[in-house]
Amino acid sequence: MVATALAEAVTHPATGAALDIEQVSHAFDIDGTELPVLSDVSISVEPGEFVALLGPSGCGKSTLLRLIAGLDKPKAGRLREDEERIRNPHPSRVVVFQDPTLFPWRSVWDNVALGLEAQGILRSQRQRVDDALDLVGLSPFRDAYPHQLSGGMAQRVALARALVNDPKILILDEPLGKLDSLTRITMQAELVALWQRKGFTTLLVTHDAEEALVLANRVIVFSDRPARVKADIRVDRPYPRHRGDPYLAELRRQILGLLGLDATW
Amino acid sequence: MSTYSLSDGLASGAPRTSRVPLLANWIRESGAGVLASVAWIALGLSCLWWQDVGDWSRTHSLGIAAFIIAALALFGTVGADYLGAAGQALHKRAPWLVALGVFLTVWEVATAKFAWLPLPFFPPPQAIIEVYTDDLPKLLDSVLASIKLQLGGYLIGATIGFLTGVSIGWSRAVGYWVHPVLRFIGPLPATAWLPIAFFTFPSSWSASTFLIALATGFPVTVLTWSGVASVSNAYYDVARTLGAKPSFLVLKVAIPAALPHVFVGLFMGLGSSFAVLVVAEMIGVKAGLGWYLQWAQGWAAYANMYAALIVMSLLCSGAITLLFAIRDRLLVWQKGTVKW
Ligand SMILES: Nc1ncnc2c1ncn2[C@@H]1O[C@H](COP(=O)(O)OP(=O)(O)OP(=O)(O)O)[C@@H](O)[C@H]1O
Ligand SMILES: [Mg+2]
Repeated sequence: MVATALAEAVTHPATGAALDIEQVSHAFDIDGTELPVLSDVSISVEPGEFVALLGPSGCGKSTLLRLIAGLDKPKAGRLREDEERIRNPHPSRVVVFQDPTLFPWRSVWDNVALGLEAQGILRSQRQRVDDALDLVGLSPFRDAYPHQLSGGMAQRVALARALVNDPKILILDEPLGKLDSLTRITMQAELVALWQRKGFTTLLVTHDAEEALVLANRVIVFSDRPARVKADIRVDRPYPRHRGDPYLAELRRQILGLLGLDATW
Repeated sequence: MSTYSLSDGLASGAPRTSRVPLLANWIRESGAGVLASVAWIALGLSCLWWQDVGDWSRTHSLGIAAFIIAALALFGTVGADYLGAAGQALHKRAPWLVALGVFLTVWEVATAKFAWLPLPFFPPPQAIIEVYTDDLPKLLDSVLASIKLQLGGYLIGATIGFLTGVSIGWSRAVGYWVHPVLRFIGPLPATAWLPIAFFTFPSSWSASTFLIALATGFPVTVLTWSGVASVSNAYYDVARTLGAKPSFLVLKVAIPAALPHVFVGLFMGLGSSFAVLVVAEMIGVKAGLGWYLQWAQGWAAYANMYAALIVMSLLCSGAITLLFAIRDRLLVWQKGTVKW
């Protein structure tokens, strides 16, 4: 059933990786007391799927993304990329963090080039950096420093910095949160086009149900902290999607209900 | 309000601007330059008008030089429009030129002409000029010796301090061993080591280099360390997800992020190493400006002392300027840095 849904949604063969999250629990120590953040989360993501993660603020979405990236190890459970245990960060899984965290001492171009430089392949692949900058429309700012950019531009640089690595899994933590609504809609369309073209697996954390429904084939709703999977909703709609689509509106009503907002919304 | 003043300016303001403001403009543009010229003429006159109370051979030359500077200031001001950048530079510095001229005139009159200030201790400007012309070889030797000693010690201290700071900031094991030593020895003023250093080291030169390096190394170490330790983890996370290896994290993340702190340490080290340099030269090394000062004091050659002091201050200031230039170059990405 999953396979047929994907065949409709993804036009090109997927080059993305599969991601398996198996009974993952995590907790933080805060002054000796344990703060449970993730509770028995299991999600299985097919190669090339676009999954949106929705949940209340502070429920543990960013924490889950850090585990997927390999930056932290879960207290319990297992994470796998294409059957291989995730133990360390790897450039096949690139994260766009909630905060753009550009390196202030590097120009925009050098920030985007970071991944290729770290992997020692920048010399032969400089064109990829130019292409990524073109993609987010920031070529004129290639020599600017981060303090000279607006918040939205910085976020776009962070996106370019991730995309330039041709990841198998792209992990996005509210990357469009800081953009104005117009740029945001444009970037959403760009993101879908890019994902369709490249076929990477995408995980997108967002607090905007509408954004999740316009972009993803699958929306996962988390409970309050500690986060559990509350609902796993398939969005069987072709792209480009329309915000006014009554099918999406009905899904949106359902999702908001799950998040605790009543039907008047 | 704005429309009112606009119409007022259109109706009656235009003809008024043509007469009175012209003079005001001229005074604003050229007043300081002309005043500077007057001040330096005053210096020249004060040199040549009265007899010196002592025996100085450069009084006449100083007077002539003052007139030349006065003439240059005047022509530079009048012809500012044709001089481009040089005219602009003169215009910007004209108030300082006035102050300098006045100061030198007062100094000249108070010392060489009426001896209001007790004489051997307050030599007139021409006595200092005399030192620069007649004692130049010795002074130059001293300058070179000082620069050599300072540069060697500073570079060694800064390099070792930087490497130590990065190691402590990066490695827990290194920090465990080095930190207590640093806490115990670092705060000790480097000059306290002087007596020991001078008999344990094979030469006074190597002893002084060691002391200067020590004075430089401590602040550079501490600030590099704190810089590396305060780098936000978010930067490391980003770099690691992009495939960075530990060497990349040190060289391309930790060090550039810590660089602003490192420069604070380099500035502090420069200041304290100057102090050590002068003391070391006075006590142990038989060369350099510190030694020259000591020697001049022994001969009661006060003019030589002032001359050496002026050179020393130019050198120290030059070193700081150079460090600022390097910093501005490396830290262009920072906004709102202090201009020296
Ligand atoms: N390094 C940490 N140490 C201790 N507690 C942490 C740490 N990181 C996150 N937490 C806690 O874990 C919980 C979940 O944080 P997380 O950042 O995953 O939330 P989130 O779902 O991403 O929220 P938001 O939508 O607001 O970004 C929060 O209560 C937070 O206080
Ligand atoms: Mg978050």
